[in-house]
Amino acid sequence: MSATEALSAPVPSFDDDDDGDRKLVMICSKGSLDMAYPGLVLANAALGEGIETHLFFTFWGFDIINKKTMGALKFTPVGNPATHMPTMIMGLPGMTSFATHMMKKQMEGLDIPEVPEFLELITAAGGHLWACRMSADMMHLTQDDLYEGVEDIISATDFMEISAGAQTIFI
Amino acid sequence: MPVVTIQGRDIHLDDEGFLTVPSEWDEALAAELAANIGLELTPRHLEVLAFARADQAEQGETPTLRRMQAVGGFPTKELFQLFPKKPAKKLSYVAGLQKPVGCV
Repeated sequence: MSATEALSAPVPSFDDDDDGDRKLVMICSKGSLDMAYPGLVLANAALGEGIETHLFFTFWGFDIINKKTMGALKFTPVGNPATHMPTMIMGLPGMTSFATHMMKKQMEGLDIPEVPEFLELITAAGGHLWACRMSADMMHLTQDDLYEGVEDIISATDFMEISAGAQTIFI
Repeated sequence: MPVVTIQGRDIHLDDEGFLTVPSEWDEALAAELAANIGLELTPRHLEVLAFARADQAEQGETPTLRRMQAVGGFPTKELFQLFPKKPAKKLSYVAGLQKPVGCV
């Protein structure tokens, strides 16, 4: 009866061989709220597609995984042409917290998680978080200061090994 | 947009094979869709599918993995175990829904 007809029904190819060994590495080097999200959103999307994903946090990107700062990243409108407002006005006291508040409110409306919850999602989905050795030394931070999902503090050479054969994005 | 006969019923699919009419779905069909992609459904799978379908009916769009966790209470890790590698797409397919369109 239906067996032969069922065979003719298209079936999505989920485990496309092309994706089998795809690997994505993102270098997160900025710690402002607006620059933290691109890496987090793309990592989450990649993991949902079964792509091996690594995030490498370096320099100001450390604020994304530093327990002290990760929940309070700021969006600064000073010198940001995307605000379409005069820099002089954007530099007034209180503007950064106002802009941060507005941005967070918009993201909440879109149901986008805050940074700590986002990192949790990414590690739960099998994503790998790495911290940069030189940045850690410069900022006098150890593994204890970092989000618990960070696997290790690694050197530039270690990073080369991890990123071998990967598509790499610098943010 | 193909219309195929599965288990003696007309089922509307998109070109990739996802159902376009959620009401044409039932658990027997889910078992067959799951088998198509190498999955065997457990009662836990069915709970996931039931939530996804109820949420879609209410919200008008397929829930993302984040929503499955935040609203449905299904941990992301578990969803990756139940529907390996591409949980959002696979569970949509088996639940008779379209792929989620949300970014997060």
